Parts: sequence; C-alpha cells; structure tokens
Amino acid sequence: MVKQEQEIASRPDNTAFTQQRLPAWQPMLSAGIVIPGFVLIGLAFIGIGVALFVTSQSITVMELDYTGVERTSPCFRCSDPNVKNCVCQLDFSIASLFKGPVFFYYGLTNYFQNYRRYGVSKDDDQLSGDLDSFTSPSDTCSPYEYDSNNKPIVPCGSVANSMFNDTFKLYQIVNGTKKQVPFDGKGIAWWTDYNVKYRNPSVTPLRDAFNGTVKPLFWPRPAYELDPSDPANNGFINQDFLVWMRRAALPDFRKLYRRITEGDYAQGLPAGNYSLEIAYNYPVLSFDGRKKVVLSNVSWMGGKNEFLGIAYLVIGSLCIVMSIIMLIVYAKFKFPEEE
Amino acid sequence: MTVLKDLPEKWFPVVLPLQRRKQKGLNGAKSQKKRTEEERRVRANDREYNEKFQYASNCIMTSKYNIVTFLPVNLFEQFQEVANTYFLFLLILQLIPQISSLSWFTTIVPLALVLSITAVKDATDDYFRHKSDNQVNNRQSQVLIRGSLQNEKWMNVRVGDIIKLENNQFVAADLLLLSSSEPHGLCYIETAELDGETNMKVRQSVSVTSELGDQNNLASFDGEVVCEPPNNKLDRFCGTLYWRDKKYNLTNQNMLLRGCVLRNTEACYGLVIFAGPDTKLMQNSGRTKFKRTSIDRLMNTLVLWIFGFLVCMGVILAVGNAVWEREVGSLFQSYLPWDPPVDNFLFSAFLSFWSYVIILNTVVPISLYVSVEVIRLGHSYFINWDQQMFCSQCNTAAEARTTTLNEELGQVEYIFSDKTGTLTQNIMSFNKCSINGQTYGEATDPLAPQPTRLDFTPFNPLADQDFCFYDDTLLESVKVGDSHTHEFFRLLSLCHTVMSEEKSEGELVYKAQSPDEGALVTAARNFGFVFRSRTPGTITTTEMGRPVTYILLAILDFNNIRKRMSVIVRNPEGRIRLYCKGADTVLLERLHPCNQELMNITSDHLNEYAADGLRTLALAYRDVSEDEWETWSESHRCADKATNCRDDRLAAAYEEIEQDMMLLGATAIEDKLQEGVPETIAVLSLANIKIWVLTGDKQETAVNIGYSCKMLTDDMTEVFIISGHTVQSVRQELRRARDRMIELSRSRDGEKEEGMEGWAEAGFMGNGFREGQDGDSAAAAAGGGKQLQCPPPPPPPPSNNLMDNISGEFALVINGHSLAHALEADMETEFVSTACACKAVICCRVTPLQKAQVVELIKKHKKAVTLAIGDGANDVSMIKSAHIGVGISGQEGIQAVLASDYSFAQFRFLQRLLLVHGRWSYLRMCRFLCYFFYKNFAFTMVHFWFGFFCGFSAQTVYDQYFITLYNIVYTSLPVLAMGIFDQDVPDKRSLEYPKLYEPGQLNLLFNKREFFICIAQGIYTSVVLFFVPFAVLSDATQSTGVPLADYQTFAVTTATALVIVVSVQIALDTGFWTVINHVFVWGSLGSYFTIMFALHSQTLFRIFPNQFHFVGSAQSTLLQPVVWLTIALATAICIVPVLAFRFLKVDLKPQLSDTVRYTQLVRQKKRKPIGRSVGGAWRGASSVSEGRLGARGGSRRSGYAFAHQEGFGELITSGKNMRLSSLALATFASRHSSSWIDTLRRKKHTHTHTPPSASGECSPAPSCISGSVPPLSNSSSVLGGSQDTPIEEETGTPPAQNAQCDLTSSTQTQAASEAAAPQASAQAVTLTAGRTHVGDSPGGWAATLGTVQEALFGRKSRAAASNSPGPPSVAKDTSQIV
Repeated sequence: MVKQEQEIASRPDNTAFTQQRLPAWQPMLSAGIVIPGFVLIGLAFIGIGVALFVTSQSITVMELDYTGVERTSPCFRCSDPNVKNCVCQLDFSIASLFKGPVFFYYGLTNYFQNYRRYGVSKDDDQLSGDLDSFTSPSDTCSPYEYDSNNKPIVPCGSVANSMFNDTFKLYQIVNGTKKQVPFDGKGIAWWTDYNVKYRNPSVTPLRDAFNGTVKPLFWPRPAYELDPSDPANNGFINQDFLVWMRRAALPDFRKLYRRITEGDYAQGLPAGNYSLEIAYNYPVLSFDGRKKVVLSNVSWMGGKNEFLGIAYLVIGSLCIVMSIIMLIVYAKFKFPEEE
Repeated sequence: MTVLKDLPEKWFPVVLPLQRRKQKGLNGAKSQKKRTEEERRVRANDREYNEKFQYASNCIMTSKYNIVTFLPVNLFEQFQEVANTYFLFLLILQLIPQISSLSWFTTIVPLALVLSITAVKDATDDYFRHKSDNQVNNRQSQVLIRGSLQNEKWMNVRVGDIIKLENNQFVAADLLLLSSSEPHGLCYIETAELDGETNMKVRQSVSVTSELGDQNNLASFDGEVVCEPPNNKLDRFCGTLYWRDKKYNLTNQNMLLRGCVLRNTEACYGLVIFAGPDTKLMQNSGRTKFKRTSIDRLMNTLVLWIFGFLVCMGVILAVGNAVWEREVGSLFQSYLPWDPPVDNFLFSAFLSFWSYVIILNTVVPISLYVSVEVIRLGHSYFINWDQQMFCSQCNTAAEARTTTLNEELGQVEYIFSDKTGTLTQNIMSFNKCSINGQTYGEATDPLAPQPTRLDFTPFNPLADQDFCFYDDTLLESVKVGDSHTHEFFRLLSLCHTVMSEEKSEGELVYKAQSPDEGALVTAARNFGFVFRSRTPGTITTTEMGRPVTYILLAILDFNNIRKRMSVIVRNPEGRIRLYCKGADTVLLERLHPCNQELMNITSDHLNEYAADGLRTLALAYRDVSEDEWETWSESHRCADKATNCRDDRLAAAYEEIEQDMMLLGATAIEDKLQEGVPETIAVLSLANIKIWVLTGDKQETAVNIGYSCKMLTDDMTEVFIISGHTVQSVRQELRRARDRMIELSRSRDGEKEEGMEGWAEAGFMGNGFREGQDGDSAAAAAGGGKQLQCPPPPPPPPSNNLMDNISGEFALVINGHSLAHALEADMETEFVSTACACKAVICCRVTPLQKAQVVELIKKHKKAVTLAIGDGANDVSMIKSAHIGVGISGQEGIQAVLASDYSFAQFRFLQRLLLVHGRWSYLRMCRFLCYFFYKNFAFTMVHFWFGFFCGFSAQTVYDQYFITLYNIVYTSLPVLAMGIFDQDVPDKRSLEYPKLYEPGQLNLLFNKREFFICIAQGIYTSVVLFFVPFAVLSDATQSTGVPLADYQTFAVTTATALVIVVSVQIALDTGFWTVINHVFVWGSLGSYFTIMFALHSQTLFRIFPNQFHFVGSAQSTLLQPVVWLTIALATAICIVPVLAFRFLKVDLKPQLSDTVRYTQLVRQKKRKPIGRSVGGAWRGASSVSEGRLGARGGSRRSGYAFAHQEGFGELITSGKNMRLSSLALATFASRHSSSWIDTLRRKKHTHTHTPPSASGECSPAPSCISGSVPPLSNSSSVLGGSQDTPIEEETGTPPAQNAQCDLTSSTQTQAASEAAAPQASAQAVTLTAGRTHVGDSPGGWAATLGTVQEALFGRKSRAAASNSPGPPSVAKDTSQIV
C-alpha cells in the first residue's frame, strides 16, 4: 500500500502536456497549399497594384523650386543671406483644372530634421505648457537653452529655433490682375499634436507667460505673436509651428503649408496663370539645401505614389511566375509518395 | 536492514547543489582558513584542547547566501558573466548624454529582468540548500559528554567528541571507531552514499580501544590522535593514536566516514576526527568539470563574431559620420550647431561609434542566453516528466540532472557503456542444468508457447517466491527421488560460502558474496534442498522437508588458480563426502575415469549452454573414507600451519583429495540482460551511433554479453582481438586488423563468401580460446599474432582516408593491457582509426582511468559527441569526461548518478533519451537559434540603413519603448514556445526511423553556414523593412493631405511591419502548433498593438509628457490604408521568397523528416491504420538476427561463473563473521582464530606479487598505505561481491577449426616451450604475468586516481595476476594445437 502511494508520488503525471502529446496542428508546405496560395497572393497583389497605379495616375502634382540657385531664377536675388526681408515672385501656369482640394506644401531637401541631436533638442515639458520649464528649460535644448544674456529661450531647442519662416501668397492672374487664392491654415497639424501634445500655458493673455523669456534666436517674432491674424493660433499651438515640430523622417521632406479649399478654388485651381509671392527668409544654400513648393491633390490613398502600385504589380507577377515554376518542379520531381 | 530505505535520499540535496557548483565555494572556504592545516591533533573528551585548533564544526553549510549577503554576493557573481558585464558597460555608455542614443531603460529593463530571473533561481536553489542543511544539521546524535550520553544536534558535535551510533544510523562525521558491540571491535557499514558500492564493509577498531567497551570507560579515554589534514581520499587514512604512552597506527580500516550507514551492528562508539566541511564526504562533493555543449561553444563563437560585426558596423557608421559631419554637418551648423565639446567631426565620429554600439547591441540581445536556458530547462522537465522513461519496478523517473546539455543529446555519435549493471542486471538466474546426462531448463525456441512458470509453494513451503524455472520435468525428477538429482541439489545446498539469515521461521535471506552463488543456492532451496543455517562446523539444511545437519569438516576454498571450491562434510549417517563445483576445464580433468561417457554428454551440454551465453559450472562429488579423511586432514593441518609456502602446500593438499571425483552434472546461469538491451542497441546502431562497451570483466564475459546484446553478430565480417602485451605486438595487431579490413572491404563488392565468414569465425574462435587460456604475456602475444598471421598480410600501407570508407561490419575486442599501449601517444591515432572503422568495439579488463582515457581519445580525435553510461563508482571518471554522462539509477549506489548529467533506471531508456528527447532538443534549439539571430538582425540592421539617411547620427528608427520591449515581450514568447514544444515528427516515428537522428550527428541544422543564411535572411528583411517604407512614405500623404514621412509615422510603420514579418516567419518555422503556440503567436501580435496603443495614448502622455513623445502616432498612422499597404508589401517581399525556397527545398531535396512528416500527413488524411513501411526495415532485420541467435552454433563460447572472493571459506570456518547470537555453540573451536586476517593479508601479497618498483600502489610515499596493508584492508569487500569483482571465466573446449591456422615457427617454439614448462614453474609464470599487468596499466592509473578506485585496484590486479593459466591446461591446449 505504501509502496503504491510512493509510486503514485514519483510517477510523472500522465497529461498531454507533460508527455508532449498536446493536440497540435502540423502544417506542411504541400503543393496543394503553396501553389494555389501563390496564385492567390499574386492575383490579389496584381489587383491591388492596378488599383493603386490607376489611382496614383489620377493625381496631379506640381513642384516649384524657388531656392534661387540659378541666376535666372526669380529668387536668385533673395538667396543672398545678406538681403533681408526679400520677396520674390514665381509665375507658373496651369493647363487644365487642378482638381481640388489642392494642398500646398513647402519642401526642403538635404535638411536633417532626423539628426539625433536635432531631434532631442526640445523640451517637451515646456511645449506642453509647463511654466517651470519656461524659466529653466531642459538641458536637452542646448545650445538653444539660454541666450547670451542667460535668459531662457522659449520655445527652446534647435527644432523650434530653426522653424521654417518663408511665407507664401498665391495669386491667380485673372485678366492681368492678381486674385489671391485663399489659403486655409486650419487643421494642417495632427489632431493629437494640436489637442494633446502641445499646450499653451493657461495664462491669459498669453504673452504674460513669456515674461522673462526670450524668443528663439532665429525667430522674427516671439511665439505668442506667430499669427497676428488669429489670436487663437499663437504660442505652441500655432499650426505652422506644430507642422514644423513634427520632424521628418528623411532628409528630403515636404510639409503641409495650407489647404486650398475655399471660395472659387474649392473645386480646384482652374487653368490659368498663377503667381506665387514668396517672403524669402529661410536660408538653405549654406548647406546646399533646396526649397520648393508643391501643389498636390489627394485620393483615398493619399498623395501621388507610383512606387506602391508598381511594387504591388511586380510582386504579384513574381508570385504568379513562382507558382508556375513550382508547379513545373512539382510535376517533375513529384514528392515521393508512399503506398 | 531496509528500515531506513528512504533515508539516503535525504542526502541528495546535501551533495547535489555542491555538485553543480564549480567548487568555487569549497575553495573559497578553504582559503579563508588562516593557515593550511598540516596535521590534525585531536584529543578525545577534551573540548578545550581541541578548540585551540579551531577545527571546523560539524555544521555543514552548502548554501551560499544568507538574507543579508544574497543581493551583493549574487549580483557580484552574476556580473562575473561576460554577457552581464557587457550589458552593464552598455548601460554606463548610455548614461553619457553625448553618446546616449537610447534611453537608459532600454538596457536596464532587460538586464534587470535577466538578473532578477537568475537571482530568483539562485535564491530558490539556495533556499532548498538551507533547508537540507538545516535538516541534516539538526539530526540527533548521542554524544558522550562528561560520562553520560546526551542527545545533540549534528551541528553541535565537535571534533574530539565521542559519539554513539546505533544500527542503521547515519554516521555523523568522520569517526575513529573506538569500540563496537560486536566481537573483536568489528562493525559493518554500508558506503553506498560515499562510493556507490552497495556491499557491506567491515571496519575494526584498534584492539586497545575495543576493549574499552562501554561508555564509562570511554568517558575517561583521553587518547590523542595525530593524523593527516582533511582530504578527499575515501580509502585512505593515516594517523597515529597516542594513548598511555603507546603509539598505535590508524588506517582507513579504523574509520567510519560521514555518509555511511551502520549496519548489522547494534552500536558502536567513535571519536570525531573530521567534522562538517572537513569530512571526506564533503571534501568529495564538488564537480570539477563544467560541461558545455557544442552548440554552446558555437554560439559563443558566433556571438564573438557578431561583436566583431557590431564593431565593423560601428566603424563604418562612424566613418560615415565623420564624412557627413565634414561635408554636410559643418555646413548645417546654422540649424544644428555642434555641441561645445564636439568641436570637430572626428570627435563626433568617435562619439557616434559608441552611440551605434549602443543601438546596434540588440544583434546580441541579452535575452538570448536567458531564452536558451529557459528552453533547456523546459526540455529537462520533459525528460523528468516522461512516463516512458519511468521505471515502475524501481519507482524511479528519469532525471535530467544537468539542464544545460539537452541539445547535445541529439548529436551523440559514440556511446561508451559499462557492462555490469548497465547492460546486464547483475542478476544471475539459474537457467538450466544437466544432471546425469539429462538436460533440464527452458527451451530456447521462441516460437513455442510461453512455458508456465513453476509454482514451488505446494511442494516446498520454504521456496523463494522470486525464483523462476520453467521446466517441470526437473521438479518431477526431484519428486520421484532420483538420486542423482537429489545429490545434485544437495551439493548446491552444501558447497558454497553463503550466509543465511532467518528472521522468522521460513523467511530466509541469503547473503551471497557473488550473485552466481546466490542463484545456485536459491535454486537448491526451491527444489527442496534448503540451506538453513551454518556454524563454523556445521551446515543445517532441510532436505525434502526433513531437517538435516551436516558436519562441515573442511572448506577447500576457491581461488583463481584452482577455479573450484569443495566442501568436505559428514552426513548424519556418518559418511564423509567431498562436494566440488568448479570450472568445467578444471573439474572434468579430475574425474574418475569411469565418468568418460557422462563427461562427453555433459561437455556437449556445457557447450550448448555456453552458446546461449550462459555461465556454466560443473559439479562433482567424491566419497571419502574415514581413513582417507584422517590422513588427509592431518596433511591439511600440516600445510595450514606451515609458515612458509603455506599456500602452495595447501593447494597441493587440496589437489590431493580433489581427485577421482564422480561427475554429477552442470549448471548454467544466465547473466540477465536488462530489459530491451538488444533492441536498444539495434536501434542506436541504426541511428549511426557507435557503441563501445568498456568493462572491467574478462574478455570472454564481455564478448559473450556482446553477442547476447547483439553488438556482435555472427553476420559480422570479422571480429578482431587485440591482446598483445608489448607495444610492438599491439601495433602489429592493429596494423594487421586494418590491412585486413581494407582487403576485405575491397573484395566485399564481390560475392560475400561463406568461406570467408567461416574463416573469420574460426580465426576469432581460435584467438578467443587462446586468450582465455593463456593469460601470460608471451603466449597471448603469440595468440594474437597467430590469428593475424593466418592470411598473408597485404603489402599496401593503410591510409586514413582508406579507413574512412571501410565497408563491411567489423568488431574489435581489445584487452586492458593492450589498451594501455594503444592509448600511448604514438599509437593512439592508429588505434582510433582502427577502432572507428569497426561497428562495435569492446574493451575488456579496463580500469576506470582507461575508460576515461578512451573517451578522451575519441573526443580528441573524432571531434564527436560522446556519451558515457554506467552505474557504478568505476564509471564515474568516464561519465565525467564524456560530453554527456548518464548514470543508471536504481540498483547500485549513487556515485555514478551523482556524477552524471542524466540518470534513469534502465539502459533501454537511452534510446528514448537520445532519439526522442535529444533529437527534439537539438531540433528545437537549432530552430530557435536560427530564428533568434534572424529576428534580431532584421530588427537591428534597420538602424544601419537609416544611418545613411540621418547623417549617421545614431538616430534609432523605432520608438525606444519598442526597442526595449521587442526582445522581451513582442517576440520572445512565440520563439520560446517553438523552442520548447516544436516537434517535426512524433516520438514514435523517431524511434521507428532511427536515421532521423543523423542530422544532429552531422551538425546539419545549426552550423556556421546555417548561421550565415539566417543572418543573410535577417539582413535582407531589414533592407526590405527599411527601404519599402522609405520608398512609399517619402512621398505619401494621409488622405487629409498631411505628409506621412514624419519620423514617428515612419517608426510606427517600420516597427509594425517588423513585428508582423517576424511573426509570420515564426509561424512558418513552427511545425507543431499547440494551443500554447497559438496563444503566444497571436498573443504577441495582440500585445504589440495593445502596448503600442497604450504607450501612444493620451493618458500616459498627460502623466509623463517628457517620456512619451509618440502620443497619437499609433492612431493616426495605423488608420492610413497606405501604411497597411506598405506593411503588406514588406511582408510579402520578405516572406514570399522564403516560402518558395522552402517549398522547392522540400520538393527537390526532401529530408527524411520531411518524408516521414509527409507520409504521416497522407496517412492521417487517408485514415489508414498505421503500418510500418520504412520502419519495418530494421525491425525485419532485427528479427532475422533474432532468429539466428539460436543458430549461432558455430561460435561456442563457454562461460565460467565463479565470482568468488577467496578467503571466504576461512572466514566462515573461523566463525568471525557470524553474530555471536547466531552461534549456537559457544565453544566453537577456531583453528585460526587469531590469524585468519593475517593469513588473508599474506595471501593478497603472494598473489599480487607487486614489486614496489613496478607498482603505483606501492609507491614509497605514505608508508602507512602501501607498505603495510592494514589487517582488514582487503576484506572490505568480503561481504557480498561488488560489481567489480572480476568474474572469472574459462573457455570451453577448443574447436577443431584452430588447426586451420598455420602457426609460424616462432609461435610454435614459444608455445612448445610453454607446454614443456614444468608444473612447478607455474608460480613463476604467474609472477611474470602479475608484474606485467601491474606495470602496464593499473600502475599509472592507481597513481593518478588514488581515490575510490584504489580499493578496486587491489582486487583487480590480483585477479589479473591469477588469471594466468593453470599449467596443465596450457600443456593440454598447446599440444592439441601443435
């Protein structure tokens, strides 16, 4: 009796788990699954690819470089860093209706917003409206932490300091007169950036919060005066500021400047001549950068993106080709089937 | 005796943890002592005096930590691991703001996790150690304090105390035996805990102290012991007792060591000499070797390579950074000025290097080591849990004692197995007998219906229930009263040295020193001739229910030369009869001529028995008249009392009366194989595992077992025997064997000549016969030479590549003395190439050290994974030196198990351990590693590509939380589940198709090539994962027009694509989807999304705005169809080629496992009953050979079963080993009462004949050991033969085929001179042989392994020496050949 009990105690449990007999699904790459699978994937990809490609084709994109490197460029004059408050004008024409809504982007190339030290050079507490960080910014902001008088810079850091400050006005030339195309600057930033991530200090008026601080060195105006036209669009929740602060992943990037959604241009930009008036402030030539303006409309899948459609087509076709090869191989070297 | 059966287990925890430690603790403890102890002085009953020396107390502490020291000590230990230090270094790097490319927590979280897991494990281990320590320390013992016995805890026992031990108690410390309740100060101990030997040993106190007797005298005992300092030598002790101005030498015979159990002794008193950590038990626990698997080593190499790779990447990126800073960054300074300390591009590059080292460190994630350990632990549990490796008889489950070697079980190429106790059960069963020309016993015909087991109970109430016999004709014969049969069993019941113990009426327990003898006496008992009890002068039996007492007149004891033993008894009627049993070769010569006819029939029977692998004995009797007895006993007494040449004279006296005997018959005893041994060996050899048997047994026994477990078969092309005694002859024999193999394998392509096989058989037989007969060097060398000279040796020199593709089945049998030469540096390559070309190798007469040497040799030359399996203390060295050591738990002691990495109860479990668990472990580990490296390269290399676009600024692609959690949360569990649960084919199939084991041996599943493939795949994936989002997102916008190319969207997209790709990949790699796999794979994906949404949630951001920059990224990114299209595209590009490649591989180059799997699938679909198509192949083969087993009539191998220790007869007649209570007559006359021990001792000396110069044992160093063998030194094995007792065997009659072989002239002369040697010179021959033996092998061994094995040594060398021939047989055999 005792012996039996002992045995029960030391005998391993007879469960499916301990005996490694758990019921299991044992998939196998058999021809019956793989070849039809490839065909299906191939067809699906080709289908998606065609759809993407067609959609992409329907999207219009217009790019205008206004850096002013070439002497012939209207902005050549402004590219000299010594010239202040320079305005240049870029003329272009649209042959057929540029279907709306049209999005107005500015683009920079060879600009390293993704550089690590650049990226960390900001103070998130400050940007979320923490007044303590106004007076003593985080040292991550270095070297744009304090100015030469040892006054705290708000908003501090390289990212804020280097905010893009060219401004644009678009005119349609109608019968020789300039008709301003209305820009919509609302909601161009991420909802979470505007509503959650960036916060103005809850001090009214806003400028009181900035007492004892200085504006970033490169800025012409302090943060609370970024948009004189709309008092709500100032401070850290200024839309242009938010767009700039969302740093780009790649050195060539574009950022949304305005939407063209209003008035006569709600359906798009009609064919005709246009003139772009640029307040040229932002120097890029020193580091061999380029500035451009991009006009584009979007589809359900966003902006023009030929790569995606072509890639899908290629992968889909390759799948089909592979399935044919596999079928041949399978037929020739049939798996040694038993019995 | 079995009262405390469960107690020994409590020792395990004490010894175990230490075993696992690398002796760190012990050395540490030792070094803490202020000075090294040079000698120990202990004065009895004088605590004050002894305290001066500050000897260790008896409190043992195997634990390493206490609550206070745990954290610092454990952390210190953990940071001694290179990996942990490396991560600590990374952590420090990350704290430097200029370098820190990652937050500190990305390293500290995994590191803390790893450290705490290990710490918890260590703490648990230590907790159990504390518990077992406490349990042991708190055991009670009786200490003699101020004249009275007091109960004290073990830990309070001090050096110098006198403690009282009672029967079946554990010895609390190393004691000097002072007195005992038994006569002559004897006491009996069981040392199984200490050295693994289960037989009892005798210890004797110094005579002066044994007279002290009771505690009152002992309390005033104030002797002082001066002895050696604590050491780990179990079998030696050297000290002096000073008492009353006299000196007494103390030896190991006076010592009771901690860990032993007192048996058969009412009580004894001992003086504590060594306590606690100083005891020999504790000094011995500690494993010196730390085993690593080949995968481990490979992994470490690869990790080093990866570090190299990491540095390369870092350098490349740093150079890139230098260039970038110079070309671009310097110009970009208006927006991004260099930090004040970073005032030039070179310094920036330097910092960038370290930053990249930090972010690229995930190629070698810290979780690798932890995961590997977890997987191995899981596999170990599966081994422990396996019911099919549970032995219900002995109630032991398999145990993976080392959890770090599992996958190596799937790569074993060589198995080194012990014989006794491993292949065989060490159980002898009385199987057949031949009585008066009539053979009895079960028929070997396997087709006949299973005969019913005889039930003896109605016939004989005293019968042993466990005895099995199947032939009822024998029982009938007993019942009808056949006089021959009665005499046969009467002999068996009288002629032996078994002791009996009758606890209650009819409950007989026999204590036989050899299992053979026990089997014979038990057989007689069951057939109605029950041996009941004995006194020095009488033997009481119950014959057919009638008690009879015989007067025992003399025991003519066994020795290795006589190979027989006799008793002379006077029966109640007063007639005197001599009963003799012995080896047939010896006994048949001494028969009365009238027995000729019966002798012929019996010889035939003996041959048959031998052919069945049974061990045989011949039985005879002789009537002795009163006068004859008178004269003989007179001459015997003279011989016995002779002071010089006593042995020779005794032998002559014995010889004189053992003549003209009447043959009674013969017995056959089966050395029972363990269950399933032949099948296991067949399966393992089909799995291409080479099995070597290394045994201390004689060649014939070993070869016999080789045949019965089918390592050797009659189908074998040739069996080579190497038995040369000189370097030259061994070399020559090896060379001949190789030549022969090459020649045979060349000619083998033609028809498989029957003649050849016949020849081989004959050659083998001839050699086997000769070796068996001729123990001495010259004749054996000639014998070896002869066989090999039979064919003219072919001239081409053998080369190694020729040896590699030897076809044909060869076997090699090598003797220990030849092995000693073969293992020498200049011959080992020859030996290895010869032996490895053979399918089976048997090494016999090997010493424990040689076992280890052979293993080392194969490890060195073959680079193959070796496994050693054994059960006894003599296997420990082999188990420790092999890659994997397996101990057979159960019967013998625990020494082998303690040294082993795996233990289970039966040899047959080995096939499951290797072919199922090992194979799976290997497969799982390989798949795990492949995938693990893949996923980390895919993960990490994305940073590298990104470096080219972010100014080499060490900007990470992913969110830092993702980097932190990727390895420990998002991708750890699915791969762990695969690593623990994956199966390619079910266990049944892997046993059915042993060939499935081969990939492991060839190291196919994970090697450098596979590693590079994984790395390449990982890098490919990283390229796809970076450049597809790069190409898509750089121009893409949301449908609201917001560009998607911001950093956070990019990070989320890439991370999501990565997690999905590696999840799909693990899904592809997983071949066995259990519920757990499903949960883990889907759960990981789910947890990724859940955690990501949580980390990007507003709630967390509001709490820590500084920490969660990615607020809102998940929502705004993953809602974009473009992002999903990108992820799908990247996944397809990564996975589709892999899928296609795998499919084509399975189709074009299917592995066996694929085929098996496929067949399985087809079968399941068809729902067919499972038949065996491929697996049938070997089963068929094995059944064929099984059929042949009975038919291997051509190879007669005669066994000789006599595992006697000599001197036992004398022990009986002196009455020394009998309890006083059992001695009915108080006035027994002892003829040698004072001298029997000395006689014994003298005998050892004369037999060993070891001149000090040639023997390692007799090294002059410590005079107390070698010079004077202590009185009881050799009788330690007197009670019950240990498994190492050589089993003497003798070959049967020489087959006629021998004549086929031509003898060279040289052998002829040698043999002739041998034949001519007069009988008187036999002793001289023996002497030579003895010297050679000792000088050759065991000498060096004894010098090195001076521990446990030294005890065996004495016996071995003696056995080897006495193995030399009885002169008459030499003469006879040689003449026959010539």
